[in-house]
Amino acid sequence: MAEKSNTVARRGAQVHRVSQRNRLSSWLRHHLSVALTSLQRILRTPLASFMTLAVLAIALALPSFMWTVVHNVQQFAAGWDTHPRISLYLHQQVSDERAEQMSLELMLHPGLSGVELIDRDKGLQDFARYSEFANLISLFERNPLPAVILVLPTDHTLLALQGLQQELSVLPEVQEAQLDLEWLQRLGAYLNVLERFTWVVSGLLALAVLLIVGNTLRMTLESRRDEIIVTKLVGATDAWVRRPFLYTGFWLGLCGAILASVLVFLAMEMIRAPVDRLAQLYMSSFSLQGLGAQGLTTLIAIGVALGWLGAFVSTGRHLREIEPS
Amino acid sequence: MAEIRFTNVGKRYAEGHDALIGVDFTLESGEMAFLTGHSGAGKSTLLKLIMLMERPSRGQVWVGDQELNVLPRHQIAWHRRRIGVVFQNHQLLFDRSVFDNVALPLQIAGYDPQDAARRVRAALDKVGLLMREKQNPITLSSGEQQRVGIARAIVHKPKLLLADEPTGNLDPQLSEDVMRLFEQFNRIGTTVLIASHDLSLINRMQRRTLVLRGGRLVSGG
Repeated sequence: MAEKSNTVARRGAQVHRVSQRNRLSSWLRHHLSVALTSLQRILRTPLASFMTLAVLAIALALPSFMWTVVHNVQQFAAGWDTHPRISLYLHQQVSDERAEQMSLELMLHPGLSGVELIDRDKGLQDFARYSEFANLISLFERNPLPAVILVLPTDHTLLALQGLQQELSVLPEVQEAQLDLEWLQRLGAYLNVLERFTWVVSGLLALAVLLIVGNTLRMTLESRRDEIIVTKLVGATDAWVRRPFLYTGFWLGLCGAILASVLVFLAMEMIRAPVDRLAQLYMSSFSLQGLGAQGLTTLIAIGVALGWLGAFVSTGRHLREIEPS
Repeated sequence: MAEIRFTNVGKRYAEGHDALIGVDFTLESGEMAFLTGHSGAGKSTLLKLIMLMERPSRGQVWVGDQELNVLPRHQIAWHRRRIGVVFQNHQLLFDRSVFDNVALPLQIAGYDPQDAARRVRAALDKVGLLMREKQNPITLSSGEQQRVGIARAIVHKPKLLLADEPTGNLDPQLSEDVMRLFEQFNRIGTTVLIASHDLSLINRMQRRTLVLRGGRLVSGG
């Protein structure tokens, strides 16, 4: 027996051994050739591939567009030179003369850049002009509105504003000092809602991308069933069989993301003119930002990752089911 | 050393049909044997157990020094690379050339492309199809397709060669040629097991013959 196997070895009909270095280079070679062939396969059916890519591009473009908008609004809000005001509501018994006197005193305050007195008569006029309850005023015997002094602080940091508000509220004539930050806070809240909404939409569309890639690959897998069986019969591992599909997912993700960035560019161009006009109305130097290098990189990275992941998930289970029998 | 060893192997399919019952035999390394019996006697099932396309319901199958029952799923591919198989229905891919079909096991095993090309041409030369390497196998006759399948089975010089009805579609002269080819491989040390129901051919070859009847090994074991 031993003699027999020696003969076998001498005659060379033994299993061919592939060395470690050869194995690495053949692994790389296989990756390269599989990457190219899977791209060629996508290009070989241009219409079907384009349909898939268009759907992927739209699913990727929508969240990218929304993120670009959120980013722009954030820039806009940050760049907005806000003039926070503090409204000082004076006690009813403070006379008009004293109110006038006080507003002049406040002008000398180092922390204030502007002071405006709205005396009770002017307050009544404004109220009558802007409020639908104007005729209610006539029911009162005397003007029920307090005098108001609006002051513009020089230091816009929240801490300084709150300190100033504290300082002014304890003045004997002042009934209430109201810091007018509301609209900024409201804008911040709107931004939070918009951002959260964008996250949700992004999550849902990422899921859609996974499903689209997964489904496309499941169909490809089914159409190449014979090939998979034959390769498995001659000793292909699951990883070897799976590789071309993972590369297909990669290419779909990459091409989808590139197409999506074009869509985002077009969309931004479409809203540029009206946004510029709006900015002009506000005398703002704001100008619309596109995806940018960072946005583009993120979009492509996410597209590729989702394409690969979709392929990974969908092929894992189906490849196990395709077995020679 | 035994190349293939079956000990009390049974295979019952899910629907309750017994394909193999208590099969015991040993095929020594370097041996060449035939496996025969009527269709449905269990020839294909026996080959599938060796290929791990099926697992036995009972008993043990050994190939070389490996007991297949304990071979995990992820090792199956490596097990199959040690075996060359000629399939009854050829199992060729019609989306690529004859050359690429034969090269497939080498690509999978990661051979250097130049080395692989040399081996593919040598294998095609052996089966007399070197001139057809660039053609698509669909343009070949059934006999030629069978020989492409043989070239693919031997291109990586396996220690064990299995063939399922390799002469099923061939005329007597071609069948004879194919058998001579198998004998040649056997002479350089390859263990060969051929499932066939071509009794006259088997008789002419005068080799050990395993006979299956209703899933039982009735002779040659």
